[in-house]
Amino acid sequence: MASLVGSRVERKEDKRFLTGKGRYTADINLANQTYAIFVRSPHARAFIKKINIDKALKSSGVVSILTGKEIADDKIGGLIAGWAIRSEDGTEMKCPGNPPLAKDNVNFVGDPVAVVIAESLAEAKDAAEKVEVDYKVLKAVTSTADAMNGDTIHEGIDKNLCFDWLLGDRQKVKEAFDKADKVISIDIINNRLIPNAMEPRACVADYNAASEEITLYTTSQNPHLSRLIMSAFGNVAPEHKLRVVAPDVGGGFGSKINVYNEDIVCSWAAKKINRAIKWVAERSESFLTDIHGRDHVTHAELAVTKDGKFLGFKNETIANLGAYARVFGTVTPTYLFGPCATGVYEIPAAYTNVKAVYTNTAPVDAYRGAGRPEATYTIERLVEKASMELGIDKTELRIKNFPTGFPFKQTLVHTVDSGDYVAGMEKAKQMADYKGFEARRKESEAKGKLRGIGVTSYFEACGIAPSAAVMSLGCGVGLWESAEVRFNPTGQVTVYTGSHSHGQSHQTTFAQIAADELGVPIENIDIVHGDTDKGTFGMGTYGSRSLAVGGIAIVNACKKIVEKGKRVTAKMLEANPEDVEFKDGEFIVSKSNKKKTIGEVAFACYLPGVRDEMKSPLPEGDEPGLKETSFYDPSNFSFPAGTHIAEVEIDPETGHVKLEKYTACDDFGRIINPMVVEGQVHGGLAQGIGQALYENAEYDETGQLMTGSYMDYTMPRADNFPEFNIGYTCTHATTNPLGVKGCGEAGAIAAPPTVMNAVIDALGGQEVTMPATAEKVWKACKNLKKSNTKAA
Amino acid sequence: MIKSLWVKILIKGEIMGKISLEVNGRKVEKEASDNTLLSTFLREHLQLTGTHIGCDTSQCGACVVHVDGNSLKSCTALAADVNGSKVTTIEGLETNGKMHPMQEAFKKLHGLQCGFCTPGMVMSAVDLLQKNKKPSDTEIRDWLEGNICRCTGYQNIVAAVKEAATKM
Repeated sequence: MASLVGSRVERKEDKRFLTGKGRYTADINLANQTYAIFVRSPHARAFIKKINIDKALKSSGVVSILTGKEIADDKIGGLIAGWAIRSEDGTEMKCPGNPPLAKDNVNFVGDPVAVVIAESLAEAKDAAEKVEVDYKVLKAVTSTADAMNGDTIHEGIDKNLCFDWLLGDRQKVKEAFDKADKVISIDIINNRLIPNAMEPRACVADYNAASEEITLYTTSQNPHLSRLIMSAFGNVAPEHKLRVVAPDVGGGFGSKINVYNEDIVCSWAAKKINRAIKWVAERSESFLTDIHGRDHVTHAELAVTKDGKFLGFKNETIANLGAYARVFGTVTPTYLFGPCATGVYEIPAAYTNVKAVYTNTAPVDAYRGAGRPEATYTIERLVEKASMELGIDKTELRIKNFPTGFPFKQTLVHTVDSGDYVAGMEKAKQMADYKGFEARRKESEAKGKLRGIGVTSYFEACGIAPSAAVMSLGCGVGLWESAEVRFNPTGQVTVYTGSHSHGQSHQTTFAQIAADELGVPIENIDIVHGDTDKGTFGMGTYGSRSLAVGGIAIVNACKKIVEKGKRVTAKMLEANPEDVEFKDGEFIVSKSNKKKTIGEVAFACYLPGVRDEMKSPLPEGDEPGLKETSFYDPSNFSFPAGTHIAEVEIDPETGHVKLEKYTACDDFGRIINPMVVEGQVHGGLAQGIGQALYENAEYDETGQLMTGSYMDYTMPRADNFPEFNIGYTCTHATTNPLGVKGCGEAGAIAAPPTVMNAVIDALGGQEVTMPATAEKVWKACKNLKKSNTKAA
Repeated sequence: MIKSLWVKILIKGEIMGKISLEVNGRKVEKEASDNTLLSTFLREHLQLTGTHIGCDTSQCGACVVHVDGNSLKSCTALAADVNGSKVTTIEGLETNGKMHPMQEAFKKLHGLQCGFCTPGMVMSAVDLLQKNKKPSDTEIRDWLEGNICRCTGYQNIVAAVKEAATKM
């Protein structure tokens, strides 16, 4: 039987999506359902003096109006930060309460203060307009850089500082800098982004008075985790009385990890009114209230020798958390950022210091890459600048500082098990025709255009693990994953995974893995996810963990099935279990022609007997049935890496940046489905290039979001991109049995510095902040002209 | 009955009317208020939930359907505006249970991931090939400018449209 792992298997999920039969949360309608509209704060920071709902209650069709008072009276808990970070001085981070409906004060535009529930959506909207909230408006704090000097947003949190975290050794770094021939320094801003999954968030909550069970359909990347948080912290219902279903989910990119206010409020309210409640975000609500990403202000320095060896690295960053610390809000700018900030280089001394601040803006949390794009942008902009200042070719300088072997013990935390960074660099250079660049630059010059080339060598740490390590660093949960493999008596297989697919193709790739492990045709394998009533508890999908953690759990559960199958076969065929081999779906007694198919074994496990004989196929100690579970806790992260090269051409008359070529050469270890991996790379690149050239979330000084619709926030479109040139090197991960590494975030991590390095190269080294819009680039071109004229 | 109609018209500003359409080859007639968007009419009145709503500014294109053979963002039209028209949604693209060549090409070349933008993207792409049988990469990218996809980076969508062009 040909192996499916490694093949371009077409997706099992596609037919329903392509024929309009996908079932997203907004497609669900329940009998007798009501509609919710949230009344949200129009102010970034204010006290709530009074809420008057009298007029609204009289509005047609209104079923109920609930505010922060009712939610507090019912002791419903608030939203939480999932990771406790300790400051350099040993103190614990400071987090404000974050009730699902604000009671006393609001802290960002969009903070919900009341929910209006009515018979129809139109009636709910009408009534919501009649809710009168009397605010005392306060001065908002919106700037990341100045947040520590602003008014105190949350009582008792001085300087709006959640924590002041250090990773590394300041003294060692000082000594390294003392020995340096040269110090390269850089001030950068990692621009704030809005994830913008195409499906707006939504939920439908239902209460069954007979079973006293709440069912919540919601747009979540991790339904099990949502249930745990809503139960343990939200106090909505005990876990066994709360079912969370995340059906087809239209993209997440991190924005659907969090349990949101609306999930808690609708679940709680559905029980209160004893009716189903439906809420679907309008896009403008998504802009205001989905978590945002990035938003760092960084000063970094690299100490180098004159021949280009890196000696030391400093990273001083202010990270904006927004109004509240959410699930991955505090780990994103710390453990997902700091350890990766030294990049793919041997740097003997390094530290990263992060001051995480509160502002009156939407909460900032994990967005595709989460911390690693910020880290990679810092080091790769710095290395590119070093190459310019030292006059050493940008690829040579990188190679000079790559690790000499693997495992590669990094300066700060990680031990990278595998990789070949030089091979990745060489292949990328070849794919991009790096050698031919100068000729292309001259061609552009002849047309009056500026051409630049940019390089990034990155690694990233994904599939956060092991649980004991992450929990020791403050994580509220372990980051293992579960799988359950169930045979039916007639031989088909259902695999339950705790991961969640919202575009990642698990229904196909996980089935490829199970098909190979069990020798069962892929069409006889179903992958089930996204429902807390189906399968065991699992941690969900984020941080490129689904395959490297969830996929391995499937492998392990399949191996247990095979082990049992060997014992059963031995009993049935009167052989020693050690003599039974399993291959391509058959259990074969070695050196004989005796065998059983896995289907026959499954059948025997469920129907363990024969007519007229007292005979069981089950060995002593084995129970009937064929179903196995695995909870897999990896021994380490997985570490994909690669080199990307971009070429841009700038029209100095307009400042327009045209991305001419983009080459990505990545190492994702073993590839399960090349077609799916290409799709992940393309999508990541589009988001990373979006950050570099188009996207930016901007608040004004009063805390109003200036980029709150697709008319203002530039989403990358089809005509913004060239055809990407992608390739791979492949070193298998040594820390998991499939040899796989995560691939979902690489593009978003590597693309921003790659593109910006190219833009800045074209501009003769002039710094431009992301996104490199025509206006900024045009101004830089004018400066360039001036300095060229002077030089002449 | 009459009183409640007046309440609706005078107090809520809502006038109900009969909408008659031919949707995916089937004649439908439903009462709907005059301010019902075509997208809402399809999703809520006909339960054709394949047409998606991804924004509120007619930018994303997840709601594209065909009206009398031309692609249209169904959130930009009132159902009453297209009264009497022939509407095709993503649910109507198959013939006798066989997917349209565009649907097949999207599947073959991985032109979709989460599937949310897909119905609008496919309907838009089908209309492109009706108007331009052999579009270039640039023409495809320009045409799809009104359809936002956050997952695919568009590359495989462009490839799928080219593939479909060889089959249609």
